[in-house]
Amino acid sequence: MKHIISLLMENEAGALSRVAGLFSARGYNIESLTVAPTEDATLSRMTIVTSGSDEVIEQIVKQLNKLVDVVKMLDLNDGRFIERELMLVKVKATGAYREEMKRMADVFRGRIIDVADGSYTVELTGSGAKLDAFLEALDNSAIMETVRTGASGIGRGDRILKV
Amino acid sequence: MESTGSTTGAISGAEIVIRCLHEEKVKFVFGYPGGAVLHIYDALFKQNKFKHILVRHEQAAVHAADAYARATGDVGVALVTSGPGATNAVTGIATAYMDSIPIVVISGQVPSYAIGEDAFQEVDMVGITRPCVKHNFLVKDVKDIASTIKKAFYIAASGRPGPVVVDIPKDITAHLANFEYPNSVEMRSYNPVAKGHSGQIKKALKLLLEAKRPMIYSGGGTVLGDASAHLIKLAHKLGYPVTNTLMGLGGFPATDKQFVGMLGMHGTYEANMAMQDCDVLLAVGARFDDRVIGNPTHFLSQKRTIIHIDVDPSSISKRVKVDVPIVGQVQSVLGEMNELLDAETKKPDAAALKAWWATIDGWRGKDSLAYDRSSSIIKPQFVIEKLYEVTKGNAYVTSDVGQHQMWAAQYYKFDKPRRWINSGGLGTMGVGLPYAMGCQLADPKAQVACVTGEGSIQMNIQELSTCKQFHLPIKVIMLNNRYLGMVRQWQEFFYENRYAESYMDSLPDFVKLAESYGHVGMQITKPGDVESALKEAFAMKDRFVFMDFITDQKENVFPMVPNGKGISEMIMGDDPKSKTAERPELA
Repeated sequence: MKHIISLLMENEAGALSRVAGLFSARGYNIESLTVAPTEDATLSRMTIVTSGSDEVIEQIVKQLNKLVDVVKMLDLNDGRFIERELMLVKVKATGAYREEMKRMADVFRGRIIDVADGSYTVELTGSGAKLDAFLEALDNSAIMETVRTGASGIGRGDRILKV
Repeated sequence: MESTGSTTGAISGAEIVIRCLHEEKVKFVFGYPGGAVLHIYDALFKQNKFKHILVRHEQAAVHAADAYARATGDVGVALVTSGPGATNAVTGIATAYMDSIPIVVISGQVPSYAIGEDAFQEVDMVGITRPCVKHNFLVKDVKDIASTIKKAFYIAASGRPGPVVVDIPKDITAHLANFEYPNSVEMRSYNPVAKGHSGQIKKALKLLLEAKRPMIYSGGGTVLGDASAHLIKLAHKLGYPVTNTLMGLGGFPATDKQFVGMLGMHGTYEANMAMQDCDVLLAVGARFDDRVIGNPTHFLSQKRTIIHIDVDPSSISKRVKVDVPIVGQVQSVLGEMNELLDAETKKPDAAALKAWWATIDGWRGKDSLAYDRSSSIIKPQFVIEKLYEVTKGNAYVTSDVGQHQMWAAQYYKFDKPRRWINSGGLGTMGVGLPYAMGCQLADPKAQVACVTGEGSIQMNIQELSTCKQFHLPIKVIMLNNRYLGMVRQWQEFFYENRYAESYMDSLPDFVKLAESYGHVGMQITKPGDVESALKEAFAMKDRFVFMDFITDQKENVFPMVPNGKGISEMIMGDDPKSKTAERPELA
C-alpha cells in the first residue's frame, strides 16, 4: 500500500543523503521525495511517498526514526490528511488539439501558464492520483513533456507535525 | 597540564581535539599519522595523558579500538588520516557497526577550501561511511570541534551503541578558538529510550510464568548492555533453559546447568531444537538474524509466543513478528522484571518444566559436539578444549572468521561477558590479531588468546610488528588446516567438492615469521603435545607466542544448519550426509 511519510530533520548538509541512502541500502521503494526548509530555518521538512506491506512500512518508519538527524515524523496514512502535488505538462496545441487541451485543462481545473504556437504548458495541482488521471485522459501523443514535484502532505485539522 | 574543561586563551583545533579526548578520559588512541592529521599528531606529541598505539594499517587501528570497547565497555578511539587512511578504516567501522560497538573514529580531511577539488588524499569520508556508522560529522568550524566530539562520544555509547566518525579538515585543526567542553549533550533529534514500558513488562512476566516450554534467547545486547547479572538472576529464579547467540556468549555462563549451548547455524542440537519447540520465547538483546533462526518461515511454522526486549525498536519485528515488544535498555527491563518476580506469588509450572527439561536432556544426549578424540592428527576442537583448560576459562579469546571461530565459540566455555571478542555481524577476516591487541591493552595482566586460521591471520599479519613494539604478550592459537576451512566446508556440501581457490598454497613458515618479528614461534603437530605446548606458551607471561597447530584438514563444523533451512534441520557430525568424498591429500 502507498504511504506518505512526513518528517522534520535537522537542516544540515547531508541530511537528504542519509534518507535517500537508507532507502537504497535497505531496498525500500521510494516513489517521490520532496524536501525544503520550514519557517524554522534549522529544520527541513521532507515528504516521502513509499509503498510496501505493513511490515515493510513499520520498518521504514523505525529506520527513519533511528536516523540521528530526524527530529519528528508522521505516517500521514495513520490518520486523515491532505495530499498535493504540482505538475507542469507541456502539450501539443496544434489543430484540433488547441481547443481540446484547453477543455481538458479546464475539466481538471488546471491553468495554462504558457502559450506558444504549437504548445501549451498546463499547471495542475492535486493528489498524485488526480495528476495521474489527467495524464491518462490526455492523448499520449499530445504529451511533450511532464515535470512533477512529488507529493507534499499535511494532516487534517489538529494533526500537526511541529517541534 | 590539568584539564579544566576550558581555556582562557585561544588554542588550535588540533589541541582542542586532544583536550576533548582528555575530557573523555580516553586511555588509548589507536592510529596512524598522515598529512591531514599532522597538526593533531603534533598536539598529541605534546601530551601524555593517553597513549597512542601506532598500528601498521588503519584497519587494525579501528579493530583494536573496537576490541578495547568490547572488552571494557568504554568508547574506543581511532585516529586516521584522510584518503587511503580513511578508506582503510572503513572495514573496521563497518565491523563495529554490525556488532553495535561504541567507537569514535577521527579522520583527517583535506583543507576545507580544497574539498571537492579532487585534492591529494581526498575522499568523501562522510559519504563513504554513511551506511556503516551510527552517525557521522564533518566539522566545518574550529568552534564546533568540542561540541561535535562531545556529541560523537554520547551518540556512540548511548542507546544501541555504534561507531561515529568525526571528519576534520586540516585547516580547521590549525585555526584558533577558546576551548570549552560541554558538560552534557542536548539533542532534540536524539533521545534514546531507557526504561521499558511497565505494562509490557508485566504482561511478559505473566506469559513467562504460564509457559509450558519456555526458552530464554540472549544476544549481544545482554553483553553490551551489561545485563548479564540481571539475566542470570532471572533465569535462575525461573529455572528456564538459556541459549546465547554467537555475540551473546558469556552473557549467560556456559558452565551453568541451565545453559543449552550456543544456537544458530552451528548451534548445539539441544539449543536449536528447544528454540524451535518452545511455547514462550524471551528474546533479550538479540535480533533473530539469518545465522540464528535460519529460514524465518520455517521458524514461524511452529506456534509460540515471543517476547522481545531490545533498546533498538527497529530490531523488533524486523525478521520475525513478535507478540510482546519491550523497547528499553536490557539491564533496566530485566531489573524491573526481577523486581516484579520477587513480589510475584505465582510460580512456574513445575510439572511442565520438569517434562520440558526431560525433553531437552534427551536432545543433549545426542552429544552434538562429539568428535574423534582418539585421532592421531590434531583435531581443532581438541586444541580449543585444551586452551580452555590451560587458561582455566579466564582468557580473553578473540577470533577471526571461519571454522576456527565456530570451534572457539562451541568449545571454549565463556562464563563471563566481554571475554569472547569476534566479528559476528560483518564476519571480518583479519580482526583476530588487532582484537587481541585491544584486549591486551585493556587488561594488561590478562591472558589473551587469538584463535585464528592460516587464512585469516594473513589478513592483518603486519600487526605482529605493533605487538612487538608495545610488548603485548598475546598468544596466537592458529588452527592450520591449509584450507579456507569454512569455504571448503560449503564447497563440500553445496558444490560437489570443487575446491575453488580454498586451498592455501605457499604458506610462510609461521615459526620463522614470528621469530623475525622478535616473537616466539612454535609449531605443534601431535595431539600429545597440544597441552604441554599451550602450558609452555602461557607460562611465557611477557612474550608474544605464535602457535602454529597443524590440524586435521578434513574436519568440519557440526551441527550445521544449511543456508535457508530451518533451525531444527541440522546436519549432524555422525550423519552419513556429513561424510564426503575423498579430498586431495597434500604434499
